[in-house]
Amino acid sequence: MSALIIRDITKQFGATDVLKGVSLEIDSGDFTVLVGPSGCGKSTLLNIIAGLERQSSGHIEIAGRVVDAVAPKDRDIAMVFQSYALYPSMTVRQNITFGMECRGVPRARREEAVARVAKLLQIETLLDRRPGQLSGGQRQRVAMGRALVRDPLLFLFDEPLSNLDAKLRVEMRMEIKQLHQRLRTTMVYVTHDQIEAMTMATRIAVMNLGRVEQFADPETVYDRPASLFVARFMGAPPMNTIPARIEATHGGVQAVIGAGADAVALPLPAAFAAQAGRPVVFGLRPECIAEPHRRFTEDDAPFLLDVPVEMTEPTGAETIVLMRLGGERALGRVAPGHRVAAGERARFAFDLRRVCLFDPDTERLIA
Amino acid sequence: MADRIRRFLIHAAAFGLAALWLVPLAVVILNALRTSEEIAQTSMIGWPLHWAFGNFAIAWDGFCINQTCAGIRPYMVNSALVTLPATLLSTLLGAIAGYAVSLWRFRGDAWIFGLVTLGMFLPQQMRLLPWTIVLRDLGLTNTLTALVMIHTVQGLSFTTLFCRNYYLSIPPDLMKAARIDGAGFFRVFARIVLPLSPPILIVTVIWQFTHIWNEFLYGVTFTTGTQQPVTAALIALSAAVADIPQYGVQSAAVLIAALPTLLVYLFGGRYFVRGLTAGAVK
Repeated sequence: MSALIIRDITKQFGATDVLKGVSLEIDSGDFTVLVGPSGCGKSTLLNIIAGLERQSSGHIEIAGRVVDAVAPKDRDIAMVFQSYALYPSMTVRQNITFGMECRGVPRARREEAVARVAKLLQIETLLDRRPGQLSGGQRQRVAMGRALVRDPLLFLFDEPLSNLDAKLRVEMRMEIKQLHQRLRTTMVYVTHDQIEAMTMATRIAVMNLGRVEQFADPETVYDRPASLFVARFMGAPPMNTIPARIEATHGGVQAVIGAGADAVALPLPAAFAAQAGRPVVFGLRPECIAEPHRRFTEDDAPFLLDVPVEMTEPTGAETIVLMRLGGERALGRVAPGHRVAAGERARFAFDLRRVCLFDPDTERLIA
Repeated sequence: MADRIRRFLIHAAAFGLAALWLVPLAVVILNALRTSEEIAQTSMIGWPLHWAFGNFAIAWDGFCINQTCAGIRPYMVNSALVTLPATLLSTLLGAIAGYAVSLWRFRGDAWIFGLVTLGMFLPQQMRLLPWTIVLRDLGLTNTLTALVMIHTVQGLSFTTLFCRNYYLSIPPDLMKAARIDGAGFFRVFARIVLPLSPPILIVTVIWQFTHIWNEFLYGVTFTTGTQQPVTAALIALSAAVADIPQYGVQSAAVLIAALPTLLVYLFGGRYFVRGLTAGAVK
């Protein structure tokens, strides 16, 4: 069953179209991440789901009920904010129980619920402190506690980890994912961080300029991005996207990048033959360009090519290599022990089974 | 060396200006300690030859104003009866109004806020006639209740503006969280906004207290006789003198009348300056 249905939502602020018709169906128990650059409309969409803002047109259904005219408190949702939004003058306990207090839940039931959530999040010792006395990570936990205590149909997260330092962010990311695996509640999570999206989501909606570019599971979004925008937004470093021509050869098909003496030809799997003769944008993930002795599959030897190296960036776990491919810049990822020198030519292995081709005009994935 | 000379000159100029500014206060304080005869025989400005502390006692409850010889004490009480409720009411109402226009967006909120604050820019004299009509129709002419009402209503422009500006610094996410928790207008005010408000409430209380206490025009226009606040009564005191001018007693009366606002500022001034700049720097 769909826990949340978003139908043709539009939103205008004055003359600005923030959302231009967004439709999503989110299954019960899914962890859906809305990801996109700032200004893409993802936070506005979340606020509309919560009822904190009113859509200009379209409908929101939560668990089969149209909630367009329902107040936020009656939508059976809970929300965690980027700023945590803890009430500064209340203790942690009061912060967690404020919603129940507003709904007139008896004190004994409130205490029970606080105890349960505090144990789950290991914040029992913090209950009588005020938010000002807590660290960033502790505030984050309390904000989650306030959401969890409600046991809602839908959890909404608005960039909850952006204010944490890098190390804590990774920890909390894992905790939220574990929490979801334990509770199996439907969660909608907004972030601009594509790594958060990839690591946590069961479904990703990539948003850009008020539209959903792609709505799919993380593997599909990563391996088969629906558009150039998705290809360049998801993944760090991003997918190489290079103008190319597809040409038929005797018994095969190849992508030709560049012209004249610099031109390189990369043999493609036969499935791409249908695209022969047309200009495309050739997309290849950096991890598909590696040191020459790498084997991407067990049996086939990879395609090898010598290209000029412009720069290397060792990260420790791997080395990012900036190279020229038919005169165009491309990034590869080689094993850390493999030495390549900037300014010289080096040989690389290419995994061309994973090539994506995009239409240069519509920027959509074609093959 | 040049630096030292420059600093000396700056300090000298500052002290000189401060002294000049304090001359009227010094004259009043010195005269409050001199007898009227001494002032008449010598000069308005002079060091007391004989210390006359009795002036304060006479000014407090012996001097005759408007044919009543009870000093300024009853008028001090009048001022307190007007200032305290008007200060508290205008502050509380301003806090609620400022909270409404800053944190709850509704159709026409900017217009309402604009109209309310416009009240600050209308000259007092312009409002005298409308108030006269209102007081006549309500049957409140020459009552302290009338002054409480006037100062509460007039004060709202200022208190609303100040509270609203302060509340704008409350993060919008806090209001969103409260809406999801299901808290209504007054619960949010009482549980979330009011506990954050002491800095701005201290500012508005001090401001309102000093303004209402020192206010003269409404007091002298709408009340007479025993209903007057102390600022209006002081004028009667200086006008009622037929024989020799009682500068000593009058000076003492002025000092007594100024004491409450002085005390409020001395005890609250620290918070006042802090509150005025609060929200400017996070």
